[in-house]
Amino acid sequence: MAKITLNLISGRTIHQGVAMEGGKEKDLYRKAAGIIEMDDSDFKKLGCWKNTNVRVTSPYGTVIVKAQETSQGPHPGVGFIPMGPWANQIVNPNTYSTGMPTFKGVPVEVEVAMDQPIILGVELVQKACRGEL
Amino acid sequence: MTKTVTDVVCPFCGTLCDDLEVSVTDDGKQILDVYNACAIGAEKFLHSQAKDRITRPRLQQPDGTWKDISYDEAADYTAKMLAGAKKPLMYGWSSVNCEAQSVGNEIAETCRACVDNTAAVCHGTTLIAVQDIGLPTCTLGEVKNRADTIIFWGCNPCHAHPRHMSRYSIFPRGFFTGKGHKSRKLVVVDPRVTDTAKMADMHLQVTQGQDYELLNAFRVAIRNEWLPDVVAGIPKEKIIEAVTMMKAGRFGIIFFGMGVTQSLGKNHNIDEAIAVTKDLNEYTKFSIMPMRGHYNVTGSGEVLAWQFGYPYSVDLTRGFPRYNPGDTSSIDLLNRGEIDAAFVIGSDPGAHFPISAVKKISQVNSVCVDPHITPTSGVSKLHVPVAFNGVETGGNAYRMDNVPIDCRKVVDAPEGMLTDEQFLVMVRDRVKKLKGVA
Ligand code: SF4
Repeated sequence: MAKITLNLISGRTIHQGVAMEGGKEKDLYRKAAGIIEMDDSDFKKLGCWKNTNVRVTSPYGTVIVKAQETSQGPHPGVGFIPMGPWANQIVNPNTYSTGMPTFKGVPVEVEVAMDQPIILGVELVQKACRGEL
Repeated sequence: MTKTVTDVVCPFCGTLCDDLEVSVTDDGKQILDVYNACAIGAEKFLHSQAKDRITRPRLQQPDGTWKDISYDEAADYTAKMLAGAKKPLMYGWSSVNCEAQSVGNEIAETCRACVDNTAAVCHGTTLIAVQDIGLPTCTLGEVKNRADTIIFWGCNPCHAHPRHMSRYSIFPRGFFTGKGHKSRKLVVVDPRVTDTAKMADMHLQVTQGQDYELLNAFRVAIRNEWLPDVVAGIPKEKIIEAVTMMKAGRFGIIFFGMGVTQSLGKNHNIDEAIAVTKDLNEYTKFSIMPMRGHYNVTGSGEVLAWQFGYPYSVDLTRGFPRYNPGDTSSIDLLNRGEIDAAFVIGSDPGAHFPISAVKKISQVNSVCVDPHITPTSGVSKLHVPVAFNGVETGGNAYRMDNVPIDCRKVVDAPEGMLTDEQFLVMVRDRVKKLKGVA
């Protein structure tokens, strides 16, 4: 299966904000933040359809999210996961003595993971903390 | 019949809009509709009415189920945990009012805790930069009335501060900006073509992580010195064009966000952005302002600073305040495994901290004070739901430009629920007894 390398950033989207206020245990939050926005050209390189589940892996962890066509592109080579538990499975926790983790600019690999489920927000964090992932 | 509460303050983002109108039932118990707010602000008010809301504190059992307990028992548990810990972390504070923050700081001092707010994962690096070289800033009122050159650097207000542009920065007709957005130039610097960038007169699609280089090139261009052909993915001609536009305005402002504070370079990116602002003041009037996220993260910084001298990451374990981000900051304390109890209020590190730090919270005794079910409450031993600040209780908050605004209570909280402040007072009194200082 093809794998592509992207530079990952995370941040706010209005859908993530609304869904977060609506309840982080709900499905809407997973739909809003359990995604990775990718450029059209990166979809071609990965060779998959839009809205496919993918595994995103960084040196710090791995997570399953839905690959969506970016609404704020083009940004070839850059992947965007809205801030939240899914992004935080794989961001760089190092602060380099500044107190601030490196939430933006994390090298990740993306591969198709069609049959793997995207876990709900609260459950994802609970499972990760219990070492069940 | 319904009644309308006017001049309501939105307790979501640092824009702290104070022009909301909320229609409520005559008995003042239920919100029917919210006017003037953006989608996020409206959802904040409407979700507080959810039928499946948790209204009593609950303890997590070993099998993962929850047992309801009383607020008294919850306060006992929290006080014992904090008083008994060697190095407790008291984190959050950005979605609670200043009055509650002050009570929290009293508890922290008594228990010799580490206190930190969400600046730790947001604008903490900005605060470091401000301490490095200062901050030539202004209020949002000045922006509305005077600013004709607006720079959004590494921030996306269309999504994160949805009404910022309509209330202050782009669209409003101010005293000297009578033509609204037609009298303003907008430059956006962002590695993505964000919805904000799509509105801009000029978008500089900087290579992610190279903001420092680009800011540095701006300083060179301001001085009319030699530049390489391309810096951080931006051709030199575009840099010169942007700088010329900035110099030509009568009043400019740089708003900046997570794009610069969370990318490599961190506080040094902000140092450079502030230096650009300073340089531009040789030619025209320029200001700079961080786009603060939580509605009262600024207030938490203010309260901490006037009580302990530092705006975040304050370590009181030696009985006096120390401040050294990288050492006394939450993420570092957690990642190093130095914390033996976690008290979280008014924020959700479970969702917004790197998972390695969240795991550390789940391994120690922990209390989460939050009206919502969140990833943090999900991994905490005790979850204390409270009234929604700014919806079911008022209190003071600071807007992103450091202007304090009193929030309004709109409806009553469900029967028997406490506010953050009431719960913290219960904990404070118990902690003082346990420590023998009452
Ligand atoms: S812009 Fe911010 S403060 Fe204003 S209504 Fe929206 S979320 Fe609330």
